[in-house]
Amino acid sequence: MDLSLTAVELGRKIKNKEISVTEATTAYLDSMEAKEQDINAFVTMDREGALARAAKVQKLIDEGKLTGPLAGVPVGIKDNMCVNGMLTTCASKILGNFKPTFTATAVEKLEEAGAVIVGKTNMDEFAMGSTSETSYFGVTKNPWDLERVPGGSSGGSAAAVAAEEIPYALGSDTGGSIRQPAGFCGVTGMKPTYGRVSRYGLIAYGSSLDQIGPLAKDVTDCASILEVICGKDDRDSTSVKESGDDFTSALVDDVKGMKIGIPKDYFGEGLDPEVKENVLAAAKVLADKGAVIEEFDLSLVEYAIPAYYIIASAEASSNLERFDGVKYGYRTGEFADLHNMYKKTRSEGFGAEVKRRIMLGSFVLSSGYFDAYYMKALRTKALIKQAFDKAFEKYDVILGPVAPTTALKLGESLSDPIKMYLGDIYTVSVNLAGLPGISLPCGTDSKGLPVGLQLLGKHFDEKTIIRAAFAFEQTREYKRPEFAAERGNV
Amino acid sequence: MSKVYETVIGLEVHVELSTKTKIFCGCSTAFGGAPNTHTCPVCTGMPGSLPVLNKEVVNKAIAVGLATNCTITKNCKFDRKNYFYPDNPQNYQISQLYYPICRNGKVEIEVDGEKKYVGIHEIHMEEDAGKLIHDPYTDSSLVDFNRSGVPLIEIVSEPDMRSAEEVIAYLDKLRMTIQYLGASDCKLNEGSMRADVNLSVREVGAAEFGTRTEMKNLNSFKAIARAIENERERQIDLLEAGGEVTQETRRWDDTKEYSYPMRSKEDAQDYRYFPDPDLVPIIISDEWIEEIRSSQPEFRDKKKARYQEEFGLPEYDADILTGVKKLADLFEETVLLGANPKKVSNWLMVETMRLLKEKEMDAEDIAFSAENLAKLIKLADSQAINSSVAKEVFEVIFAEDIDPDKYVEEKGLKTVNDEGALRAVVEQVIADNPQSVEDYRNGKEKAIGFLVGQTMKAMKGKANPGMVNEMLKELL
Amino acid sequence: MQITDETIDYVGILAKLELSREEKEQAKKDMTNMLEYVGKLNELDTEGVEPMSHTFSVHNVFREDIVTNGDDRENMLKNAPEQKNGAYNVPKTFD
Repeated sequence: MDLSLTAVELGRKIKNKEISVTEATTAYLDSMEAKEQDINAFVTMDREGALARAAKVQKLIDEGKLTGPLAGVPVGIKDNMCVNGMLTTCASKILGNFKPTFTATAVEKLEEAGAVIVGKTNMDEFAMGSTSETSYFGVTKNPWDLERVPGGSSGGSAAAVAAEEIPYALGSDTGGSIRQPAGFCGVTGMKPTYGRVSRYGLIAYGSSLDQIGPLAKDVTDCASILEVICGKDDRDSTSVKESGDDFTSALVDDVKGMKIGIPKDYFGEGLDPEVKENVLAAAKVLADKGAVIEEFDLSLVEYAIPAYYIIASAEASSNLERFDGVKYGYRTGEFADLHNMYKKTRSEGFGAEVKRRIMLGSFVLSSGYFDAYYMKALRTKALIKQAFDKAFEKYDVILGPVAPTTALKLGESLSDPIKMYLGDIYTVSVNLAGLPGISLPCGTDSKGLPVGLQLLGKHFDEKTIIRAAFAFEQTREYKRPEFAAERGNV
Repeated sequence: MSKVYETVIGLEVHVELSTKTKIFCGCSTAFGGAPNTHTCPVCTGMPGSLPVLNKEVVNKAIAVGLATNCTITKNCKFDRKNYFYPDNPQNYQISQLYYPICRNGKVEIEVDGEKKYVGIHEIHMEEDAGKLIHDPYTDSSLVDFNRSGVPLIEIVSEPDMRSAEEVIAYLDKLRMTIQYLGASDCKLNEGSMRADVNLSVREVGAAEFGTRTEMKNLNSFKAIARAIENERERQIDLLEAGGEVTQETRRWDDTKEYSYPMRSKEDAQDYRYFPDPDLVPIIISDEWIEEIRSSQPEFRDKKKARYQEEFGLPEYDADILTGVKKLADLFEETVLLGANPKKVSNWLMVETMRLLKEKEMDAEDIAFSAENLAKLIKLADSQAINSSVAKEVFEVIFAEDIDPDKYVEEKGLKTVNDEGALRAVVEQVIADNPQSVEDYRNGKEKAIGFLVGQTMKAMKGKANPGMVNEMLKELL
Repeated sequence: MQITDETIDYVGILAKLELSREEKEQAKKDMTNMLEYVGKLNELDTEGVEPMSHTFSVHNVFREDIVTNGDDRENMLKNAPEQKNGAYNVPKTFD
């Protein structure tokens, strides 16, 4: 079977009875098995469950009860989304044995559309990181260069799609965790507007910033997946009913007259020249297709990362309090009393980066510092949102790089946390402002590593960035990493 | 003691709202139930779960706020209060710090004929914690989350009270008001109403407040009164000895009648409140407030006045009947079924109170229905049963809420109005008691009472005493 | 702002984390650096700016007061590190 098919192409073949669901599932399970020792994109693989599910889905398709574009297509789910009865670890020792009793709404919607879950993808522990190196279950590697990181925190999802272990995956994006690994791995990833997809069942990192989204081979897949998983959910108070959710109707190769702004602030110091070159070339392509491109000053860009780390760490410090050895997950072996049990459980159960952020978050919320840090960050957030609102009065889309560099070498950024955090400079403000963003490949650097292009849109206007991304995508071929091409099909 | 001290008291009262479901999930709030059978991912803090607010909690909180003359916060929000404890499944409690739903209220209390207002600083909504049970076999604790997420309001008073009597009057007033609203049953012994006492002392005339302590674990009005007295003395003793009061939380042990500090070094009391990002603001419109205001019930003071005016009850009776919502409801329902208001009041004031006292029950625990009381009054009015039989039947109604019509029929308790049958018995009594007959004939009027009694006894109480009296006089 | 041992210990109590000597030294360094870095926000004039929790204007999201959940105790307790008699077992909380 051709593993380089997109999810929608595979869905079509299944629908046309060219491939059975079981064949497709088996092919990807075999692909996973063959590649995992090199990539380590999965925490859990579920061959048995997937095959049982494949047979059921096939039956429903045959009976005409499942007709959607994703029916029968295998999928990987980032390991911070609950799937009933399936190990869900957040790549942490503290949840190393946790099996949820319910399924996340977004995943449930995929299942209803006929998705076959083949496994749970690796990630930075509790989604805290930009390299997928903080996982308790080992580092995930980039299929473009096994010496390099896939990005993070949805690194497992991005690497698995690039390596053709699965046709598509769900990720989550708190400060760039879908877009940046998509960029590093040469795939397409989308962070929807905050509130577009239910967070119910997504194990929270920064609740006001977290959003679930798709990672896939192209824009068409992303639009089709988003169409399935979006919508108001009675179980998530922050999910909303908004129109403009017929995303696939925006798959139109036409950007004539579209106003695209390029923030000068995104092309300054720290940006790799090769990344810059590729991104500007992409802008040129869109201009050639009739878009109106203009540079402008977005402002406040340098304040986004400090504001982001205060807000995300503060929320995380509270969200992660529930991991205490009482109700689920890891509990330390020996302890003197209750508080000693708490402390030992948490100190042994969490990794270094998670502890670092919990400590920072607890501090900025503590008595005497709350106003100076947390409230200040929320005020900064308001200003950043205003800056975007102002920009979107003039532009339909904002275009820029996803990350300052292409994929880094393993271990390169872990030593200096602030340096690692600076890698999120182009992605975090989107989360602070609650905006939708898409990341898609726009070329390679001289090392042969993919460069990501990022397009940002107005609140609940995913359709415009889908249209721009689709139009750009029409000008180039999907590029497989050699790793996937060499291993070929099964 | 050379100095004269004044006690300054403020109260934090937690009230469990009587909604069907918990504040943030669709689990039942029903009491009892095996441990953890009323729980779900939300109220046990499962990863990935999210809270969704029960609208009825907001309605009830607004209702209590209006009844206590508060200003309703038009744009209110929830915050997280972070602290680790096993009964707190997320290790943060969803509560309100920055924008509580109600502010600046007051309630009027009366102690020894003197009226005063106690200010309400704020009322906020929050979730209750689970229950911890000590397991003596393993010397560990067991956590039951059935109560976790039950909606609470916390009513924070101003430090306006100066004595235990004022505190009790204030609590009584709150309880009554909330019961009248149907927002909670407010039972201190079951924990649906809990009061923490903030207390400080100062020299009379001092401008500044003294350092206060917070007293927890007060489960009855008596415990509250004892704890206040005890804490007042403890603080005065400290000051008199040249010491200082430490600001701290103390736990009251009512059996030992003393309190001890609850602090430990692992307890930093730094709750790191911040707005809960999982919940959205509540915007309360004037229309919403008016809708609740217009459906507020008649409160005690109005009701009391109406009972005197409409039913001609004495003030004392009206006061007792309106003192407990349950009694007032029962009174009104029985009257509505056609019973004479004074007679209904009489049954509630005399027999009901006697039985409650005898059985050590609260009026809230009354289990009999208005229907059966109304039927009993009708039976007595029609002279179908005499008053002593009626009292007997009432005891059964009180205990088991039986239908008096059926009961009287089945047990054959109806008064015998058959003259022939009665005449035979009376004649027999006259024949059997020649001494009394003679006494009566000799002018001892009282002797007839004995003969009536003998006749009633022979009739097993089922005769009409008036009729017996007349027949005796006639035959003698 | 220099983070001291006392601050690390205090935050450790709040966050229920017990750091080893090395971790503590690292945490002190990291936190000092981080706070210095995020201190950059002080350059910004935010006077009169309303703190923003959510970027959208959604409000009044409610549930009706209807019981929707049944008893799923057995399933949920499967994840408990220790359980007894249908309850979660924890180190004693009473003196």
